[in-house]
Amino acid sequence: MRQNWWKFLTVFLLGYTFIGGLLFEVPRLNILNETIRALHFHVPMWFGMIILLSISVYYSINYLRKGSIETDHKAIEFANVGVVFGVFGILTGMFWAQFTWGAWWSGDPKQNASAIGLLIYFAYFVLRGSLENEEQRARISAVYNIFAFSALIPLLFILPRLTDSLHPGNGGNPGFNAYDMDSRLRLVFYPAVVAWTMLGVWIATVRFRIKRLESTHL
Amino acid sequence: MVLEFIKKELKIEWRNKYALNGILLYLVSTIFICYLSFNVKSNQLNVVTWNALFWIIILFASINAVAKSFIQEKQERLLYYYTIISPQALIFARIMYNALLLILVALLGFFFYSIILGNPVITTWLFLAIILLASVGFSSTLTLISAIASKAGNNQTLMAVLGFPIILPMLLMVIKVSKNAIDGLALSASLDELITLLAINIIVGAVSFLLFPYLWRS
Repeated sequence: MRQNWWKFLTVFLLGYTFIGGLLFEVPRLNILNETIRALHFHVPMWFGMIILLSISVYYSINYLRKGSIETDHKAIEFANVGVVFGVFGILTGMFWAQFTWGAWWSGDPKQNASAIGLLIYFAYFVLRGSLENEEQRARISAVYNIFAFSALIPLLFILPRLTDSLHPGNGGNPGFNAYDMDSRLRLVFYPAVVAWTMLGVWIATVRFRIKRLESTHL
Repeated sequence: MVLEFIKKELKIEWRNKYALNGILLYLVSTIFICYLSFNVKSNQLNVVTWNALFWIIILFASINAVAKSFIQEKQERLLYYYTIISPQALIFARIMYNALLLILVALLGFFFYSIILGNPVITTWLFLAIILLASVGFSSTLTLISAIASKAGNNQTLMAVLGFPIILPMLLMVIKVSKNAIDGLALSASLDELITLLAINIIVGAVSFLLFPYLWRS
């Protein structure tokens, strides 16, 4: 991951996302209208969060198997960036909901689930803060990270599907789902997901390298 | 081995009854406080409130009951277990034992709660089945959480902070299904939720089983 090409690609795709997401032609749908453009900025946050948190759990599992402190640092940095993505996901979602649903917070199952998911990771940070010994902190927080992530999956993927959601494409609301999303949207949406996720990975690797420098120089 | 360990736990519990009595007293006083605070006569509480209040009381009583399983354990006794029993057997026995304890707590809670605040439940057997599933689920989640919290400076607050977000999806499912049981809906209406609840229980149980050995080692 030391090469530069994927960073150039990230910048290029992000530029494309902003220009394409804001200026391209979008389908006219009831209620949504122009706010459909939030698709390129709000939804990739959740994709990015899930991917970054999965990477974090991957490193936590690796830590428990191999016990190298570097993997623990990677796990925490990916979790950090994942949570930042989650916060932005909630904020962009609230901003959008204020225009389409008429309220910042309407107790939609997906809103609640994402808030609970963030609580889990804040608890993870509190747990890390409360442990002094570095080796013990790494091990115990790895255990909690894996445990929390496996409890988060049913929350994010199963619970919202059992109840109707206000989200577009759910419960007969106008909009899109995996099968009838407009091809004009896809043209920007997929690159946007890739771009935002790569941006997250980039931030996490930079933070991880800063941490490594600090620990070798002090 | 596991059975003997559960038997031993039961014996210890029976010998110092003050711990068990403490939990039961906690349960009964909480119910009584709710009764006095709502200032209602029997059967006048709104069904939704009745349901939510019942499960919140059970949740807090469960956290208190399970917290003592690792947090109040003496260091010497843990060392002794370390020499005679495998971590998998220990966590399995603890989860089973805590499940029994929580079933007892929840059933007694249901009994007192019905006497004091009335009992609107129509499909009682379904409600009892939910109590069973919920107790097993709470037990498998909270047992591992209490093991984690016990490593982090024996902190009861930490136990609540770590446990709440993980247990929330389970709690929401339980509240939803038990509302169906109260309204006397047919089983088919709540089958999806029951299966999901069972699946969450299995996931959480399996993950704690896999992760506990790593906690145990430190």
